[in-house]
Amino acid sequence: MNWSDTIRTASEAVRTHRLRSALTMLGILIGITAVVLTVGLGAGAKADIQDKIDELGTNVLVVSPGSSTDSSGARGGFGTASTLTTTDAAALASTTNAPDITAVAPVATSSASLVAGTTNWTTTLTGTTPDWTKVRSRGVSNGRFITDADDAAAAGVVVLGPDTAQELFDSAAAAVGQTVSYNGTRLKVVGVLDELSSSDATSNNDLAIVPLRTYQQRLVGGTHRDAVSSIYIKADSSDGLSGAYQQADATLLALHGITTATDADFSIATQESIITAASSVDDTMTMMLGGIAVISLLVGGIGVMNIMLVSVTERIREIGLRKAVGGRPRLIRRQFLAEATILGLAGGVLGVALGIAGSVVLNDVVGSRVILSIPVALLAIGMAMAIGVGFGVYPASRAARLAPIDALRSE
Amino acid sequence: MSTSVLSADTPAPGTDPDHTQRVDRADTEPAVLALNQISKIYLTGTVEVAALRDVSLRIEPNEYVAVVGPSGSGKSTLMHILGCLDVPTSGTFDLVGHDVASLDEDHLADVRNLFIGFVFQQFNLLNYLPAWRNVELPLVYAGVSRAERKERALAALGRVGLGDRADHKPGELSGGQQQRVAIARALVTRPALILADEPTGNLDSSATDEVLAVLDGLHREGSTIVLITHEADVAARAGRTIEIRDGRVWTPGGDAAPDSGVSTSTPSLLRETL
Repeated sequence: MNWSDTIRTASEAVRTHRLRSALTMLGILIGITAVVLTVGLGAGAKADIQDKIDELGTNVLVVSPGSSTDSSGARGGFGTASTLTTTDAAALASTTNAPDITAVAPVATSSASLVAGTTNWTTTLTGTTPDWTKVRSRGVSNGRFITDADDAAAAGVVVLGPDTAQELFDSAAAAVGQTVSYNGTRLKVVGVLDELSSSDATSNNDLAIVPLRTYQQRLVGGTHRDAVSSIYIKADSSDGLSGAYQQADATLLALHGITTATDADFSIATQESIITAASSVDDTMTMMLGGIAVISLLVGGIGVMNIMLVSVTERIREIGLRKAVGGRPRLIRRQFLAEATILGLAGGVLGVALGIAGSVVLNDVVGSRVILSIPVALLAIGMAMAIGVGFGVYPASRAARLAPIDALRSE
Repeated sequence: MSTSVLSADTPAPGTDPDHTQRVDRADTEPAVLALNQISKIYLTGTVEVAALRDVSLRIEPNEYVAVVGPSGSGKSTLMHILGCLDVPTSGTFDLVGHDVASLDEDHLADVRNLFIGFVFQQFNLLNYLPAWRNVELPLVYAGVSRAERKERALAALGRVGLGDRADHKPGELSGGQQQRVAIARALVTRPALILADEPTGNLDSSATDEVLAVLDGLHREGSTIVLITHEADVAARAGRTIEIRDGRVWTPGGDAAPDSGVSTSTPSLLRETL
């Protein structure tokens, strides 16, 4: 009995018991669908995050102020001290200190309530330099961005985010040329930023940008007038990213007079590392869904075993006959294994098909991004077959071990 | 014996396609069956039950032998051993010259496939397959090609008079026709022995006649047939009757069973002939 006879015989047996085969496949089908969708959702979430990274600006490092050691030796937590200043930003911008860095944008932020006429809107007031557009890969849709001249003069100008302009002036076009006031200081709207497509990152579209010097000298006072909240650094390429990291680290350590790297009063993060931390929640979700998928596959596999055992019992006379006319135990085992494999394979193929249908529904109706790939589909089908084989071994061995006389004698 | 004779490729005596030739060779051929001092002991708990005790018998090519006996006589056990479905506890058993008393499960399967055609009381047809696919089943395990299988299955169905029913499923056939399909399945491998276990036990009288006529025909054409039955009129069709009682071959008193000249019950004589 060759393989083609085995497969033919097994598929005939599967087709003969249609309802039973369909119900058996159902377990595998649901499991595989769950696996396909889980992996697809995970891939979709990853792609979303990658998109955000791309939107925020590629090859970007963020320097944040870190803890500092005061005179008594007590160390504050990260971000508690204003250890970064415009001097640091200037040092990083120097091509001799940091040749791999192409743009540096120091950023100081605070929450601010802007007033335009009778309208009042609270947004993030950001003081920065013209390089901000390079670092964040942004542009303006109307008017212009702040210039070096604005910064040098600490000019009373502001560039609004598209959502901010919408709230204060109903449209981006109407905003340019108008004035907003903050704490009595009048700022002229010179431009509106282009819209970032990401749906949930409101901070990208709702903000007000003023020249850093304006921010520090005219709008937000305080004891550390030259302090900044963070410094954005853009490397010339993804290859230059690690070089830029090391150069920024060395420059700032030298500038702050710190000899041991562990004492650093700042931290440097890549956009990826920041977002990876944020996406750990997604990973947990994926793990949980994956666990459910694995459990349902396990249940499906036990279903296959159960039905195959029933099948062996029910077809005991057939097994006896096949043995009587010359079927060696190995061939009987192979036939039942082939049946279980066919059930698994069919469940896998249908499960992938249902997964594809489900992904369309999730994409179009629910709005969750699901990305399916051919390797994942093939892997899922392979997994379904493996479950068929794995859970078919025991019933098939039982069939193979049956003594022909006992099998023929049974009623 | 060498295991090579059990491979499906080696032409065995029983698979000789030319039946007349087989009859011609009958004198020089070894006996189809030669049982010597066969015993079968079952262990029921700690009690040993002897189902067969020192059974010796010999069946020559082209014999038509009926095995009769009351239930519990050991008739079924004998049938299982003759059919290589079970192995004896002691004794020797030659099937067309091959010692099969102590083969393992795989080789027993090969022996059944090559040398024995089974006909069961319950027909044991696979209901989801048409008649010819049921008939070709032993050839599938013999490794015969698909085209040759179909040709031989259809020829076998022709021999039992069911050439026009090849595509019918068992459920569409009468009891007698189903048993004839089973007979076609038994003879499709051209076995050395057709072993029929109560083949008419589930049939009415007209279907019984139908099936027995087919067996008579096969016997005339040269087949060796062992028929196990408890019906006297069925046994009467055979050339010789072997009666089993209490696990032994039983010899009636003065008026012997038909054809009793052949050594059925005299171990000493049997030993001489061996």
